[in-house]
Amino acid sequence: MARDADNRAQFRPDDHDAEHFLLTTVVGSYPKPSWLSTVRDLERESDAGFAESDLQEAYDDAARVITREHERAGLDTVVDGEMRREEMVEYFAHRIPGYEFNGPVKVWGHNYFNKPSVVSTVEYDEPWLLEEFEFTSDVAEKPVKVPITGPYTLARWSFNEAYEDEAALAYDLADLVNEEVERLVAAGARYIQIDEPALATTPDDHAIVGEALERIVDGIPDDVRICLHVCYGDYSRIYPEINDFPIDEFDVELCNDGYEQIDVFRSPEFQPDLALGVVDVHDAEIETVAEIKSNIREGLKIVPPERLTVSPDCGVKLLPREVAYQKIANLVSAAREVEAELDAGEIDLVAPEP
Amino acid sequence: MTEYVSTTPGLFPLPDWAKSKLGDLKGHQKGDLIGGDESAAIASAYDRARSEVVDEQRDAGVDCIVEGQLRWDDMLAHPLTVHDNVDTGGIVRYYDNNNFYRDPRVVGDLTPSGDVAAELDATAELLDGETPLQAVLPGPYSLSELATDEHYGDEAEFLAAIADFLASEVAAFPDHETLFLLDPSLVTSPPDDDLAPGIPEAIDTVASATDADVVVHTYFGALEEKTYAYLLDAEFDAVGFDVVAADREQTVYNASEYGCPSDVALGLADGQNTLVESAETLRERATWFTEQVPSTDFETVYFTTNTEPFYLPVTKFREKLGALSAAADLDREVTV
Repeated sequence: MARDADNRAQFRPDDHDAEHFLLTTVVGSYPKPSWLSTVRDLERESDAGFAESDLQEAYDDAARVITREHERAGLDTVVDGEMRREEMVEYFAHRIPGYEFNGPVKVWGHNYFNKPSVVSTVEYDEPWLLEEFEFTSDVAEKPVKVPITGPYTLARWSFNEAYEDEAALAYDLADLVNEEVERLVAAGARYIQIDEPALATTPDDHAIVGEALERIVDGIPDDVRICLHVCYGDYSRIYPEINDFPIDEFDVELCNDGYEQIDVFRSPEFQPDLALGVVDVHDAEIETVAEIKSNIREGLKIVPPERLTVSPDCGVKLLPREVAYQKIANLVSAAREVEAELDAGEIDLVAPEP
Repeated sequence: MTEYVSTTPGLFPLPDWAKSKLGDLKGHQKGDLIGGDESAAIASAYDRARSEVVDEQRDAGVDCIVEGQLRWDDMLAHPLTVHDNVDTGGIVRYYDNNNFYRDPRVVGDLTPSGDVAAELDATAELLDGETPLQAVLPGPYSLSELATDEHYGDEAEFLAAIADFLASEVAAFPDHETLFLLDPSLVTSPPDDDLAPGIPEAIDTVASATDADVVVHTYFGALEEKTYAYLLDAEFDAVGFDVVAADREQTVYNASEYGCPSDVALGLADGQNTLVESAETLRERATWFTEQVPSTDFETVYFTTNTEPFYLPVTKFREKLGALSAAADLDREVTV
């Protein structure tokens, strides 16, 4: 069953004036500054005079800039935009013994990723995200959220040449994720997001994801907020099963198709907190604050404001940077306006008060 | 004696240089995907890529050469997403994969477009009449399932309109030896009892537009018995089965129970896993199927990947292409 989600209060800023608090966050990825790509390319060229240390400096600078950019947009919790990560499976596969790479494969249009192959038993070697978290925490004034690609997605979005089935691979990977989360928590992380977009592709496997989550949260204290992000799926096929997952918050994309599926979550009663996507990440048109406020109200059909988090549908990395920034800034403005309207009693709540 | 023919269902991975070049030329957003009116620079990159994959197939010794469908950004939905009377909606998931395409919303009559014919004309020129050309299209049912109808208003009428549209596309094709109709939706979302009788009719419509051998290829698992029985009512040459999928016993059961055309396409190599099967393994898989359907004297058995191979990195795809070709040749050596 869902964990006790009382842990959201720690993310409420001290200077938050409104009585209501809609936690604003992002899913994770953000457009990289163009100079970061340039430095990365130059570092790969042997005669360009750019060393590995130059690239590391560029990563640090980019992480600083984007963490600040998130704070400037007004978010309550921030990430570094995943500046050090190229892709959500690749990044981890490079750090997990047992994986190998054979080249890029298509996701959609001209968006590709280096889908890795699992060729032997997966193992934990060096920490995956510890340095990223410690660096971002030092830079940030707001709490830092840590997105981690979930074990089911790591299994499912790899070519499995070594395990009997994907469940066996996912469980082995879940144990590795648990080890990583323990280290992050020891370093001070309090907001962990497990990204499982693959669940949307194969919703019949929800029990595998549930078991993997049990392994991930094993031994993780209750004050650590555990979020599960899923996107672009037929949610009637995984709801209400997700109510049984050991999570504090379920983050879902629904803006992309105009909340066609929002009613799926109305019955039976939604158990975890809801983190709702309120801006589309595949459309460069910037939603107005008024549009986003209307989107936020869709979330209030499912949970009361005390249990509503607002975020973009998914990572915003494919948008032009200025568009990504403005979408997030508008998202925050909309949340603050909705909070004021809630304080003023101007919004009729459909979902039951807690 | 059985003839073994190596082929593929088309929809190849783009060569890696083309992935970057076309990404740079076209962009990475929804609105940047292929529209049928691409610039000369984009067309030229596709021409080069097409020529490359045709050469690769010839070098690998594949018997039926496909265009590769490298322009099909929306995979099997492509023939609609480039159509004038189709609007493209949001991006939606492509079957149960980590792949997406633009939802084609049909808003007007599906008039002939000639888009696929132009690709095949270019391929035929490269082949110069030497090697058999294989055309590839989505099956009418799958295309109707991948699309949203905002014009015809009735499921059966929409299916018939899609079939007429595909037939008009086929009519414009250059000479081709085989036509693969890829129909995975018959497996993943079988037609209900109301729509099922329309399936053979729709396939007949498309198949009758060509003199080529028509293969209705199914994958992502086994067909339900009832769907298979309906499919056999249609007039076409070969049915294609997924012999890699975990439920392949069901496929054997269907073929044994309901009969099977003497020509079959067998999806032997896994189009979704990098583990490269040896020619011997592929041959064993073919034998596994044919020997369990003793009532049929197989005339032509097409050796193919089960799914479209665009899911694979190009290096592994090329290895699989070689293995398929070798698997067909292996048998020739044995029988000579």
